Amino acid sequence: MKKKTLFWRKLNDRFHTLFSAASVFIAVTGMILVLYTVVIRGMDAVSLDFFLNSSRPYGVEGGGIANAILGSVMITVFAAVLAIPPAVLAGIFLSEYPDAGRAVAVLRFAANVMMGVPSVLVGLFVYVIIVVPSGHFSGFAASVSLAVIMFPLIMRTTEDMLGMVPNSLRESSLALGMTKMRSILCIVCRSARNGLLTGILLAVARVSGETAPLLFTAMFADAWPSDFFTRPTANMPVLITEYTTNSPFAEMHTAGWGASLVITAAVLAVNIVTRIVFREKNNAG
Amino acid sequence: MQAKIEARDICFYYGDHQALFNNFLSVEKNKITAVIGPSGCGKSTHLRIYNRIFELYRNQRVTGKLLLDGVDILGPDTDILELRRRIGMIFQKPTPFPMSVFDNVAYPLRLHFKLSRSEIADRVEDALKSASIWDEVKDKLSSSGLALSGGQQQRLCIARAIAAEPEVILMDEPTSAIDPVATLKIEELMVELRKRFTVMIVTHNMQQAARISDYTAFFHKGEIVEYNDTKTIFTNPKCKKTEDYITGRFG
Ligand SMILES: Nc1ncnc2c1ncn2[C@@H]1O[C@H](COP(=O)(O)OP(=O)(O)OP(=O)(O)O)[C@@H](O)[C@H]1O
Ligand SMILES: [Mg+2]
Repeated sequence: MKKKTLFWRKLNDRFHTLFSAASVFIAVTGMILVLYTVVIRGMDAVSLDFFLNSSRPYGVEGGGIANAILGSVMITVFAAVLAIPPAVLAGIFLSEYPDAGRAVAVLRFAANVMMGVPSVLVGLFVYVIIVVPSGHFSGFAASVSLAVIMFPLIMRTTEDMLGMVPNSLRESSLALGMTKMRSILCIVCRSARNGLLTGILLAVARVSGETAPLLFTAMFADAWPSDFFTRPTANMPVLITEYTTNSPFAEMHTAGWGASLVITAAVLAVNIVTRIVFREKNNAG
Repeated sequence: MQAKIEARDICFYYGDHQALFNNFLSVEKNKITAVIGPSGCGKSTHLRIYNRIFELYRNQRVTGKLLLDGVDILGPDTDILELRRRIGMIFQKPTPFPMSVFDNVAYPLRLHFKLSRSEIADRVEDALKSASIWDEVKDKLSSSGLALSGGQQQRLCIARAIAAEPEVILMDEPTSAIDPVATLKIEELMVELRKRFTVMIVTHNMQQAARISDYTAFFHKGEIVEYNDTKTIFTNPKCKKTEDYITGRFG
């Protein structure tokens, strides 16, 4: 039998190592460039007033982004409240009731389709079924659109995380005389808790930057978001879009970059905190 | 004397595949009954009928009768939650719940009984002592059950099973994932448990079966080939197949 030359095998190995290293380098460079640009351009806008004042109409001096921050938080939190319970339950259904047959297949297929739908379509959909009939833009409509985007993400991660729980844990809890629901909620979900929370937080972080659906639903307002359910509601993504692309004033461009910096930092923080907190716990148990 | 458990003409099917053929077995009260046989002969399948855990899977089916204290438990009238309290099960891999040592053992207590906090604490202690693990965990009752060693986890699971005050304890290769020293501890423990419970154990370890069990059932290809007191099985088996198996000639 002819032997393969070691030279080629080694060269092959080198090549792949180099290639992976280069890919990592490109990815990290991209992230650093984005961060760098956002920091340099947005730094000047950031001040205490920037965080405390509401935004002002075009051409009015001063103002901040406090109303947009508050509005974004309200929209995102309300979206989470709407999406998490049904999404987690649906994930449980997919993972723990595979015998339900057709319903499971349909649900999983629908989730896959929903994950592929561009978010702008979700915005349009909510615009047609909520904004138009009710006659006004609102923060609530925005929450609904974000919830629609979150639902399949959370459902699938829930299914995946529960799928990783060993079957022996299910059997041993049932063998102790627990009902199936109790076994799922108290033992199986608890065992997958870190994975579930990570999935939920990452889904929240993911939708908190969505812009397109908010253009159709929350719109924007220079007021504080006091009429969440009935009026256009200030929010970060639309503020950034408006300020940086629509406004003729240099000051507003800077403010837009400042807002970008704030939202980037927030998403980064959520990601980092999620990973640190849950990594430590994972190792312990 | 009436048998604690009596299997009458049990057949078992995984879909179309028949795994057990006309099993008859009567299990004595307060004895250890060992189930031996080559891999894939249906030992686990047989045991998993006793607490009806197989019903978790839709395509698995049983026929025949299984009498617990003379009452058929395979019928539709059986309260399955109560059945599983009366018949506990220990699995091959230890399965501590993701909670503290104390809560692991308190779980079946809170599930099945109405008890005050102090009664629960007492019974947790009792159960841990019965499973001879109390001395090792009494200082870390509030730390996670997952943080124990494999052998300790298995005894924790035994304590958890005991806490439900079962009458029968089923063990499916409870020591095969555990080191020899821990195995010895669990074997000593089982001999103790026999005083209070009826124990059934599946094992691949001939010495283990010979050491601790009172009766032994030899399974082969889904049939119970021979069932007798352990001494007879190991010294004077009636069947050629049994002899071949225990002397290590096949399986
Ligand atoms: N979930 C299942 N689906 C289909 N067939 C199965 C399933 N589990 C077991 N079987 C089959 O049933 C027969 C008995 O299996 P069982 O697990 O009871 O054997 P066992 O004696 O416990 O073996 P081991 O000593 O390896 O644990 C085997 O032929 C096996 O292939
Ligand atoms: Mg087995």
